[in-house]
Amino acid sequence: MVDEEITPDESIDIRGLVCPYTFVKAKLAIEDLEVGKVLEIILDYEEASRSIPKSMEDHGQTVLLVDKTNETDWRLLIRKEQD
Amino acid sequence: MDFTEEQLHRYSRHIIMPEVGGKGQKKLLAAKVFIVGAGGLGCPVGYYLAAAGVGTIGVVDNDDVELSNLQRQIAHSVSTIGKPKVESLKATLGGLNPDVNVVALKQRLTNGNILDILKDYDIVVDGSDNFPNRYLVNDACVMLKKPLISGAILRFEGQVTTIIPGEGHCYRCLFEEPPPPGLVPSCQEAGVLGVLPGVIGGLEATEVLKLILGKGEVLKNELLIYNALQVGFRKVKVPKRADCPVCGDNPTITELMDYDAGYCAPR
Ligand SMILES: [Zn+2]
Repeated sequence: MVDEEITPDESIDIRGLVCPYTFVKAKLAIEDLEVGKVLEIILDYEEASRSIPKSMEDHGQTVLLVDKTNETDWRLLIRKEQD
Repeated sequence: MDFTEEQLHRYSRHIIMPEVGGKGQKKLLAAKVFIVGAGGLGCPVGYYLAAAGVGTIGVVDNDDVELSNLQRQIAHSVSTIGKPKVESLKATLGGLNPDVNVVALKQRLTNGNILDILKDYDIVVDGSDNFPNRYLVNDACVMLKKPLISGAILRFEGQVTTIIPGEGHCYRCLFEEPPPPGLVPSCQEAGVLGVLPGVIGGLEATEVLKLILGKGEVLKNELLIYNALQVGFRKVKVPKRADCPVCGDNPTITELMDYDAGYCAPR
C-alpha cells in the first residue's frame, strides 16, 4: 500500500467541517507547505472526500491517496507540486 | 499573520480560488488604496474594496451628503444627509467589514496637499466628478509613480482606464488638456443613469484587485467604454505618447499647477 510508504510532512484534522471550509483549510495548509512536501488530511464530510482531491488536482497538486479509514472518516494524502 | 476563523469564513470564496488563495487574501489585507471622491464612483469602489478585505482605504471628499446623491451614491443614506460624505462612507464600510481601516479626509484635494496625501498608498482610484481634479490626480500619480484607475460617467456612458506610470499611457496621453469650461456639460446637462456608476465603479474595483493580486490583464494603454443604451463594451487603444506633457520624454509639466478654472461640479 502506497500510504504505508509515505510519511506526511504536515497533517490537518478537519472533521466536523463542511464545504467550502473543508477546502479553505486544506488549501491554506497546502499553501504553507514547501513544494514536494506531503499533506495529510483527515475528514468526515463525504462530499469533500471527492471534491478536495478534484480541486487539488485542478490547482496542480498530486493526490497520492484517498482512503476511507472507518465508518465516518477519510484520509487524504496530497503532494504539493506548485505554489 | 494567520487568518481568524471569522476571516476564513468572510474570505472563503476568495481563498478557494487558485488566483487568490490565502496568499492573495493576505495581499489584499495589506494593501492601501486611495479613492478620490466619495460620490457615484467612490461609493461602489469603496464598497467592493472593503468587502474584498482591502486593509486600508483612504478617501477624500469635501462635500456633504444631499438627497439628490441617493439616486446613485449607494453608500450614503437618508440618515447621513447633511453629514460629510467621507464620514458616511466610512460608517458604511466599517459596518460591512471591520477588518478595513478607512481613512476619511473631508477636504479639497489641491496641488498643495495631494502629493503628501497619496504618498503612503499603493494604488489610487479616481472617482472625481470634474476635470480639474481628474488632471490634478493624473499629474500627481505620474509624479509619484502610483498606479491610477480612472473612471468617468455621464448619462448612459462610462469609461475606465488604468494608468501605470512608466509602463503605459497617462490621462494626458489620452486628452492632453481639460476641455474648456464651456464645452463641459453644465450642471443641468450632466444627468447620469443611477446604476451607471455601479457598473463603472465595479470595473474600477476589479482593476484594483487584479493589480494587488498581480493576476490577469489591466486596462494599460487602453480605454474601456461602456454604453448602457446599446449594451456595448468597446476598447480603444491609447498609446503612451513620447510628447506627453507630463509622462513623455521631455515633460513640460514638472510640478503641479492650479487646475481650477470656472468649472461647475454637479452634485
Ligand atoms: Zn502621458
